[in-house]
Amino acid sequence: MQTLRMALKSIGSNKLRALLTMLGIIIGVMALVILVSLVKGATGSVTDSISDLGSNMLTVTVSDNKGNPVGLDDLVTWMADPKIGEAACYSKESMTAKYSGTSETADVYGISPYYDKIQALNLLLGRFIKSSDVTNHTYVCVINETMATELIGYTDCIGQEISLGGVKFTVVGIIEDSDTSLTRAFSKDSYVAYIPYTSLVRMSDSLTLEVTSFYISAPENGSMTEAEDRMTQILMARFEDDDDAFSVSKQDALESTMSSVTSALTILLGGIAAISLIVGGIGIMNIMLVTVTERTREIGIRKAIGARKRYIMRQFLLEAVVLCMMGCAIGIALSWVTLKVIGIVVSSLSISFNMDITVILIAVGFCFLIGVIFGLYPANKAANMKPIDALHYGG
Amino acid sequence: MGKMIELRNVCKNYSIGKEVIHALDHASLVINEGEFVSIIGPSGSGKSTLMNIIGCLDIADEGDYILDGIPIEDYTEDELADIRNEKIGFVFQNFNLISKLTAEENVELPLIYHKIKRGERDKRVEEALKRVGLEQRATHYPTELSGGQQQRVAIARALATKPSLILADEPTGNLDSQTTIEIMELFRDLHKQGNTIVLITHDNNVAMQAERSINILDGRLTEVAR
Repeated sequence: MQTLRMALKSIGSNKLRALLTMLGIIIGVMALVILVSLVKGATGSVTDSISDLGSNMLTVTVSDNKGNPVGLDDLVTWMADPKIGEAACYSKESMTAKYSGTSETADVYGISPYYDKIQALNLLLGRFIKSSDVTNHTYVCVINETMATELIGYTDCIGQEISLGGVKFTVVGIIEDSDTSLTRAFSKDSYVAYIPYTSLVRMSDSLTLEVTSFYISAPENGSMTEAEDRMTQILMARFEDDDDAFSVSKQDALESTMSSVTSALTILLGGIAAISLIVGGIGIMNIMLVTVTERTREIGIRKAIGARKRYIMRQFLLEAVVLCMMGCAIGIALSWVTLKVIGIVVSSLSISFNMDITVILIAVGFCFLIGVIFGLYPANKAANMKPIDALHYGG
Repeated sequence: MGKMIELRNVCKNYSIGKEVIHALDHASLVINEGEFVSIIGPSGSGKSTLMNIIGCLDIADEGDYILDGIPIEDYTEDELADIRNEKIGFVFQNFNLISKLTAEENVELPLIYHKIKRGERDKRVEEALKRVGLEQRATHYPTELSGGQQQRVAIARALATKPSLILADEPTGNLDSQTTIEIMELFRDLHKQGNTIVLITHDNNVAMQAERSINILDGRLTEVAR
């Protein structure tokens, strides 16, 4: 307590210097809090709209099959489970689609039946890929509206033959373009063709019949959580209780990409801000060293009248930490104001820029650490002064 | 009456380059409890070294130093700090008050280091300031006080811990003659009240006001005959 009062007093005795020293920390904290809050606010609103699009399915990926690969028949078995709705595997490749001289690049999905149900695809004409198509690896395809109109020229093109990756496919169905489904919301203007999974396996060099990623849905009126739990249970039993061998996630691939992008962005920006905080810390160390030299005499007096090393150490360390924490508090307050102002300026965007409590905690923790780390050396220097030398310093 | 200070053949050498300076050369000295002793010598005579050793700011190279029954040997810096805090009240030529602290805070400082509780601390600070006649100036900063007043605050600070020994190093060196008389009066009062005082000075007039004077020259001590 006594030490704290002295630290405050000594900081207060040179306000301008204290403020200038703190400036580094203030700017660092502001950079950290504002940048991270902005990224979080912006991505928060994007992720919200993404998860609105596809939250009724689970993505399962198998990374290590432990010699027990998942096959198409396994999906059928699992679908019989009362807690699991549909299951469908998928694999995507980019291929050249050709129709009488017109040639375009299309996303070709090798899928198993029920994919349309899980993805909530709406059939405009014809039929979707059936079990028999997959079993017999027939060369049939279902294409989207855009592809039909752009490549073939008209929508009602059932029975037409198109070439995908050099193999002839008969169009058996047309999928309606819509932006309510997640995947197609981002591929609305692209050409999409669905073919039997087995047919894609035949055309691909790398793909095998082993299923490494698939979607499952919850049964009608069933819960996603229960489906997730059941799927995890089944896979744990299959893969020797190794939860690293597979992942079951509610997030769609896109959403997880999105979140990994934002976390990378957060780390990047946070890192830059952290660098400025470290620079601020060096400023604190610099000033503390000056302070120690200036107050050599005082240290000598304190030691002469009986201050132990530890006490001197604590006094200077506390001063550095207090300086840092004051800078941190001012920085947080200013960031709050700045975020409010930004919020008002971009209020039309319906993005909320709120201060994130975790960022504040990180900032406070980081500032404390910087205070300690950069205060330690000057404090130690002060504590280790010889009382006689210190007393006679500068007269 | 017990011995407060006993120096036996104390040596302290400094080397400047290749030359070795014998700052103290087999110095022996006994000061009893309740004595008022002045140590007199010109600059460069080893006065400061003697003061540092008596004040436990430094350790002798050779010989023994016993302060109030405690042999001062190779203690750690922290142990020496505790001994200084408990046994010695320093009064310096240039007062050595901390300018950022008020008079009472300066006096309080050694008590904080001594881990004395707040209530007791306040009482002792008040007592000490009263004794030097500065109770009205408790909340003043050193810069708001005259030289004499600052030295009184320093004396109050030395008294606050109720030390065994008051060690004054040229306490009147920065003061005018009138103030010197006042401060010396204060020292004599303190002596009458039973304090042991060692006063180091180069001024004969000041030294003569002590009961006993010891001369120091080239690191050797001799009793001044009166």
